[in-house]
Amino acid sequence: MKTSLKINGEVHDLDADSRTTLLDALRNHLDLTGTKKGCDHGQCGACTVIVNGRRINSCLSLACMHDGDEITTIEGLGQPGNLSDLQAAFVKHDGYQCGYCTPGQICSATAMLQEVKDGWPSHVSDSLTGTYDLTEAEISERMSGNLCRCAAYPNIVDAIRDAAGKVQS
Amino acid sequence: MKPFDYIRAEDTGHATSAAGQGATIIAGGTNLLDLMKLEVLQPDALIDINRLDLKQITEADGGLRIGALVTNSDLAADMRVRTDYPVLSEALLAGASGQLRNKATTAGNLLQRTRCYYFYDTAMPCNKREPGTGCQAMEGATRLHAILGGSDQCIATHPSDMAVAMRALAAVVEIEAANGETRHVPLSDFYLLPGDTPHIENVLRKGDLITAVILPAAPKGAQTYRKVRDRASYAFAMVSVAARIEMDGDTVKDAALAFGGIAPQPWRDADAENALIGKPATKETFNAVADILLKNADPKKDNAFKVPLARRTLIATLNELCGKDVA
Repeated sequence: MKTSLKINGEVHDLDADSRTTLLDALRNHLDLTGTKKGCDHGQCGACTVIVNGRRINSCLSLACMHDGDEITTIEGLGQPGNLSDLQAAFVKHDGYQCGYCTPGQICSATAMLQEVKDGWPSHVSDSLTGTYDLTEAEISERMSGNLCRCAAYPNIVDAIRDAAGKVQS
Repeated sequence: MKPFDYIRAEDTGHATSAAGQGATIIAGGTNLLDLMKLEVLQPDALIDINRLDLKQITEADGGLRIGALVTNSDLAADMRVRTDYPVLSEALLAGASGQLRNKATTAGNLLQRTRCYYFYDTAMPCNKREPGTGCQAMEGATRLHAILGGSDQCIATHPSDMAVAMRALAAVVEIEAANGETRHVPLSDFYLLPGDTPHIENVLRKGDLITAVILPAAPKGAQTYRKVRDRASYAFAMVSVAARIEMDGDTVKDAALAFGGIAPQPWRDADAENALIGKPATKETFNAVADILLKNADPKKDNAFKVPLARRTLIATLNELCGKDVA
């Protein structure tokens, strides 16, 4: 299947078996190995990337379904020396232990902060209408699709709150 | 995953034609691709409908027409849904994760398959996956399984939260057939109980494409979705209740109650609702409703807890919506 993907601002032409997931296309065909394969079944969130502005599990999507889509991976959010606010906050707050879930956590959190700015409520929000403060409960709920087997959750929440403050201010 | 042909649908006619010839329709793919990786499903061809113009939520006949491809995220965030059908937003937000809701579609959510462990395990017999092979759940692990509406062939539950809310809202499914004709099926008639044919889960025929779900005009009264699960987030319901209650003083004027996690389909019981409508909002009334709902409950060892849990969840929901504390 010939597929054209715009990844981190650059067009990549791919010719892969139709079974190739977006995750495998990134890692195995395009050498973008920042995106990680955890469970490969949409349960852990390690493979989270941002497609057309929305966070998705790249393991549960076929690359050929994304022809023409704009994809942002962890490599596109920032690089050493030019980290995004969230990447810098994860470093500052030690938001990891082994680090394997971190790219997915950061891609997920990046899109999640935009969802909050767009006024999307969550399961734990007091009201379906209004604005939403990023309390610990809100962050935990909104990030529940990203597991951390090292259980670095307290520092992940701190990092996201710190970066969110910068976004809001 | 078994090899398959990939086709991108150009219009709904192309999709129904390809599906009529045996292709499997793929939308968000979050459940289908998972099942294909496990080879629980092995389609020879996929027809991708994601580029079709089925992503709009429009006002129709006083209600809302929700395009089949509207994502769970967009539906939950739609201000008309949040305001007029809050039970639906709440149900959607109680399901899956942020990433999955961004991919999962309205039609795909209705058609998602059970999470029965034995259905997912191809080393096990399963009457749903391979008709006539048997059911390991009958004597096996049944925490996720049905206490109402099952048969001796299958006690798998339908896992959707969204569909439970839509059942309480009397939603209607719009379907385009391979011959181009459109028909409307109330969600109450859409799903089929397992009986002797647990592999046939709904009234869709080969070549059918769900094009929309239609919500009737916003009902009066208060709505809520209450979900009980094994962890606080990102888990399927053990029991859930989608409820709408209209009060007249201390009397329940009108009500709709739908349940998830306890049956092979979003469950509604007219007799239970009738035991509530026109009655005073009292402990006795609520218990009578629960008695009727659960009178035919047929639990297994692992899921016997769902009988008292369904009662308590129902009563907590009624207390909330009736403004009472009569538990």
